[in-house]
Amino acid sequence: MPTRHRAILILSALCLLAVGSFMLALMVGSFKVAPADVLATLFGQEGSGGEVVIELRLPRAIAGFACGGLLALAGALMQVLLRNPLADPYVLGISGGAGVGAMFAILIGLPVLGIDGLAFLGALGAMFIVFGLAHGDGSWTQTRLLLTGVIVAAGCGALVALMLAIAEEHKLRGMLFWLMGDLGQSTQWWPPLAALVVALTLAMPFARELNLLSRGMMQAQALGVAVGRLRYAIYLLASLATAASVTTAGSIGFVGLVVPHLVRLATGNDQRLLLPASVLAGGSLLVLADTLARTLIAPQQLPVGVLTALIGVPVFLFLLSRQPK
Amino acid sequence: MNQPLIEARQLRVSIGDKAIIDRLNLGVASGERLAILGRNGAGKSTLLSTLAGLRKPASGAVLLEGEDAALLHPRQAALRRAWLGQFQNDPFGSTVLETALTGRHPHLGRWDWESTRDAELARGALRAVGLAGMEERQIHTLSGGERQRLAIATLLTQAAPLYLLDEPLSHLDLNHQMAVLELFAGTARDCGAGVIMVLHDPALAHRFCDRALLVYGDGQTRLGPVDDILTAATLSELYGYGLRQIEDRGHRCFIPE
Repeated sequence: MPTRHRAILILSALCLLAVGSFMLALMVGSFKVAPADVLATLFGQEGSGGEVVIELRLPRAIAGFACGGLLALAGALMQVLLRNPLADPYVLGISGGAGVGAMFAILIGLPVLGIDGLAFLGALGAMFIVFGLAHGDGSWTQTRLLLTGVIVAAGCGALVALMLAIAEEHKLRGMLFWLMGDLGQSTQWWPPLAALVVALTLAMPFARELNLLSRGMMQAQALGVAVGRLRYAIYLLASLATAASVTTAGSIGFVGLVVPHLVRLATGNDQRLLLPASVLAGGSLLVLADTLARTLIAPQQLPVGVLTALIGVPVFLFLLSRQPK
Repeated sequence: MNQPLIEARQLRVSIGDKAIIDRLNLGVASGERLAILGRNGAGKSTLLSTLAGLRKPASGAVLLEGEDAALLHPRQAALRRAWLGQFQNDPFGSTVLETALTGRHPHLGRWDWESTRDAELARGALRAVGLAGMEERQIHTLSGGERQRLAIATLLTQAAPLYLLDEPLSHLDLNHQMAVLELFAGTARDCGAGVIMVLHDPALAHRFCDRALLVYGDGQTRLGPVDDILTAATLSELYGYGLRQIEDRGHRCFIPE
């Protein structure tokens, strides 16, 4: 039986994991900083490597944590909205739209701010197109929404491929890094963090209603959930969370799909616990993966999306193979 | 005091452009049991979900304890009527007890978690449908009949004064069919619950209900006490197949010709 006590225990453990992942991210790199120095720097004292920690590693770790948290939250919400365990934040074409925007911005040589701006506009565009098409006759069933999203995503994929094909050589690397997901390009750490705090604060009051929605729309309605309004709200919230993450760090794969599943396996499908636990686990995972990405073959950096996928694919296949019980 | 738990006034229900129910007036009071019978596709389930407020009527109104169901917040409606759907599908895992506890949702505040009292109610409901001892089982390991009884237990946990049951006997074997019908008959008798159920067996409808509503699918309906309305003549016409009626110790039985 789900209890608040158990939820608090599990969330405390995950908080420790998050703190641990931050410590590691701040210590490790081509310039190593001792744990004591990291702590001293964080508490405002002079320590060796203070600038590296404060100016470079901390903002990047915060941005990574926020993006991982946003993706895991959006994934958990999409899985409820579509009542499909295989749904992820990108299934409805948000990242495809952002990709088209970002590729276009890089193609015409816009600065970083322009890339972020167009990526966000692209994500919003895809969100409205999918909603408009799926909502058409007012039914917007899960199947219709899913199909529309997949088709729009496929269309965006074609546009992205087209732009990659006609891009000049020296722009290709930047484009590929964006598409694979990379925290090195994130300029600001506070927008995704603010988005994460707002999204989680908005989602939590409806967690028990989401539990019911995951069991079926009619059942949820019969048990007292205002299903129509709730579905609009989740669609908007999950889409904007995804857009915020994709704008910051490109389309990092698998966090949004695998993290909610891992948490579900470990703790059950109660959204009151699943949503905050996914945020903490997703954030920590991305911070750890990014630390690996910039140290594995240092001084060269890998796009973090490659690592999340490399970790995510086997984990997900393992989960899938033990699914039919 | 004697306000009906549910009332349909000049109710018209349509699927697409086709009216399947037209100008239906109906009231079910505390302690009453009503059976809905009709052919496949006649609109029995659609009518029931309209009565539950899950679907908008084409015209007319459904009143729950005197208030228009369309104007009630879903949560308020959930405290006045419980609805059992025909299909349960579970894309995500959950335990039997967690599933039964979902019935407590309308009783809990936004930030409340289920209390031990809620858990006791859920365990009691599971006992009532013969699922005691299976609280920690995963729902996708249940058989069809067990899953159906779990859905009924969830309904009991909701503890609303009116039960709207769409084919409550589906997937159930004979002894559980009787147990479920006796359970709801007992709830109606002892707790004053109202029960409306879609049934396929006119003999069971005759035995366990006070009145029956026959749904013809073209807008027409007939409503009356089971003794008057569940006869070989009306049922043969309803199902389009000849039936013979046999009486045995006060129970009526219908045999296809």
